[in-house]
Amino acid sequence: MNQAVPSVLETGPADLQPARGGGRGTPRRRAPVGVWLPATIVSVLVSVPLVYLVVRVGDGGAAVLGEVLRDRRTWDQLTRTVLLGTTVTAASILLAVPAAWLTTRTDLPGRRTLGVLLALPLVIPSYVGAFALLGAVAPGGLLESALEAVGLDVRLPRPQGFWGAFLSLTLFTYPYVLLTARGALKGMGTAPEEAARTLGHGPWSVFWHVTVPRLRPAIGAGGLLVMLYVASDFGAVSLMRYSTFTRAIYIQYQNAFDRTPAAVLSLLLVVLTGLVVAGEWWFSRDRGGQFRSSTGRPAVVRLGRWRWLAAGVCWAVVAVALVMPVVVSGWWLVRGISSGQDLGFGWSAALHSVEAGALGAVAAVVAALPVALWAVRGRSRLGLLADRVAHVGFALPGIVVALSLVFFGVRVAEPIYQTLFLLVGAYVVLFLPQALGALRSSLQQISPDVVSAARTLGATRWQAFRRVVFPLTRQGAVAGGALVFLTVVKELPATLLLAPIGFDTLATRVWQATNGAFYAKAAVPALGLILLGSLPLAVLVSRDRD
Amino acid sequence: MLFQRAGRGRLLGSVALLAMLAACGTDPVNGPTASDSPDGEAVTLTVYSGRDEELVQEAFDRFTAETGIQVDVRYAGTAELASTLLEEGDASPADLYWAQDAGALGAVARAGLLATLPDDILGLVADGNRDVDGRWVGITGRARTIAYNTDALAADEVPASVLDLTAPEWAGRVGWAPGNGSFQAFVTAMRIELGEAVTRDWLEDMLANGAQEYPSNSTIVEAIGRGEVDLGLVNHYYLFRFLDEDPDFPVAQVFPAGDVGGMLNVAGVGVLASSQQQAAAQQLVEFLLSEEIQGYFSGVREELEYPLRLGVPASPDLPPLDELDPPAIDLGDLDDLAGTLQLLADVGALE
Repeated sequence: MNQAVPSVLETGPADLQPARGGGRGTPRRRAPVGVWLPATIVSVLVSVPLVYLVVRVGDGGAAVLGEVLRDRRTWDQLTRTVLLGTTVTAASILLAVPAAWLTTRTDLPGRRTLGVLLALPLVIPSYVGAFALLGAVAPGGLLESALEAVGLDVRLPRPQGFWGAFLSLTLFTYPYVLLTARGALKGMGTAPEEAARTLGHGPWSVFWHVTVPRLRPAIGAGGLLVMLYVASDFGAVSLMRYSTFTRAIYIQYQNAFDRTPAAVLSLLLVVLTGLVVAGEWWFSRDRGGQFRSSTGRPAVVRLGRWRWLAAGVCWAVVAVALVMPVVVSGWWLVRGISSGQDLGFGWSAALHSVEAGALGAVAAVVAALPVALWAVRGRSRLGLLADRVAHVGFALPGIVVALSLVFFGVRVAEPIYQTLFLLVGAYVVLFLPQALGALRSSLQQISPDVVSAARTLGATRWQAFRRVVFPLTRQGAVAGGALVFLTVVKELPATLLLAPIGFDTLATRVWQATNGAFYAKAAVPALGLILLGSLPLAVLVSRDRD
Repeated sequence: MLFQRAGRGRLLGSVALLAMLAACGTDPVNGPTASDSPDGEAVTLTVYSGRDEELVQEAFDRFTAETGIQVDVRYAGTAELASTLLEEGDASPADLYWAQDAGALGAVARAGLLATLPDDILGLVADGNRDVDGRWVGITGRARTIAYNTDALAADEVPASVLDLTAPEWAGRVGWAPGNGSFQAFVTAMRIELGEAVTRDWLEDMLANGAQEYPSNSTIVEAIGRGEVDLGLVNHYYLFRFLDEDPDFPVAQVFPAGDVGGMLNVAGVGVLASSQQQAAAQQLVEFLLSEEIQGYFSGVREELEYPLRLGVPASPDLPPLDELDPPAIDLGDLDDLAGTLQLLADVGALE
């Protein structure tokens, strides 16, 4: 089919200047002002933390920079951050890609339900998840008590250090890869797979040699989010006693009240992020053949006697990553209720979470669209740079981004300081890559030929965008919006410092309660938060049926 | 389809909402209503509170009921709010800062952001419980204690001093929180009281003895309850909250009298120098130190901190302050956190 359109093009009007053909052959061209101007504005906004860090380090930080660089601990933290980031990412891919394939392409029993349930651990904040993991399997935890009740007296090891951090972060971030891989599997036609099969390849060979390579951009996009999330996480690594860059940055902020060492460490984290996003670009770069081919209804792969084993593994993951945290929160709740505590549920907090999540999601998608268009459709180097710069906020600890917006707010945006406007701006800075990744992969799947065809048929650039490109990116926009929604709902540091006074959310309620050791009180908003994040995600996953 | 339509409706709603917020968003802080009018009717104070809403909101509500002065409170971590104040500088919308520890108040005061309080307010508390230069005043005190698992230990088996925790019998059985502010204040106190060398030796011995690290006081108490560790160095008030949720929670605590491990740390307030409402802000500070509110703080089961106003007795559930016999440390000296942090890092307690 891809072959047919260029031949039409060649006979079309010569004064059109469409992007011709697919893959590498596409010439670079100038993006329209309607794309590059808003994309540039967005890039400036997301660079605020970077500017802030440079100012802070410039403020007598040169000496500190030398000190920090000479400190052996800095390099230990760097090593740990890299080790944790790469292993969690690798494990997430190994877990999520087969899971995505099983729930979309096979006769796995209960695959619809599993498709939704396997995505849901993403709604559990890592600080809640890691705490629940400890409450469940640490010495004296629920699991030990349960084993004791049936007469088994075992002492379980406490999950901690590298393995504790690795386990808790993998369990609650692998859905990033699952979602992008599922989206790609749903969108891809199966003609290449069928061709391979007719050439004598078995199901596994087809999966590894045809399907997986075609999933590269999706794996890259999801894996990037996992790795940057790990880099910015504080909750899980501090509970698991694993000292990464972000933990070191928090300790500086929390205890020394000296912002320069924290800024130096943050800048090093930015450098690391630069390498990661460049690496992801290389991994996912256009090798041709990644456009959506609309032909080929996916044939259901029969798993045979493997199907029950596969389903068992999937359910085991659901049990650990989803059921366990819910059960532990429920247990705290029951204990609180039975001791007669007033657990009054703040509906205002739930409404504020919905409001913040919705505004953040819409704003992030609107901000991501021009950047994604510039980077993908315009195939421009500057656009690509804008796309990569947008990832900085997601990799930095939330407290750094929040303080950078305090800095920016009181100096140049005083009228909107501590209003919803700046808070939503903070969400965009923090979570833009999630919307961007989803939009980018849906744009990458649109063959330029389709747009060319529209132009050939007399559509203006704007008409072609509005009537061809935009409808095809809608799914990406909805997916990106849903992701941003549920991460905003989990977000803490920026919400605490930048929200209008009195704007409490479910996440700030959880924080308030656990901070003061009121665990039963934390359970209600924690469960509410899980439920609230689950709704858009469940809708998103269940509607992308064939 | 339904999802998309709902999305569109929400978008419109959000835009409308943003417009509305834009119309009123800046008012509470800088608008004309915030003026310090003499009749005290339309005054609004903004407080940055590192104390939990659960514990202190009642005090603000009573203040508003009695004076008519509105109090807007931003609740967040003590340290995060200190960093925010340092970034905001003179442009801060805050009138008052309520911190959980003296170190954070010291950092904000050193940056020149706190106004000097009048002597009649400072005089309400003992000398050691306020800033030497009068820029902040303590409201309540929290004692350091040794919490223990009651299934594993009897009260008389618990060491009387933190210095004894390095003995072999406690190997791997003690929880501590080197990343936590109160713990670090305790280490700073130890450096002042017993000297650098003794403190360094103690930290190294504790590490060699397999002290278990936790991120906070509450996670230590929770771990003791599960029996993960048998002892822990914590602040005194967390335990009561666990006991409220579960009366059978198997944890109790001892107050190591006369030991540096039983030091008293202070939560206190300062008025921002940039505040345009000094009089109203001072009125609130005075109210927090009034007998009514101090009595409230010592009476709330979940609070149970030591009231710092002279003459107000502590809850009968706590040993009286003079029995605690905490080491006499000038809280102003507690702000050498950089030195403590460096020491903790050097010995490997903080990686």
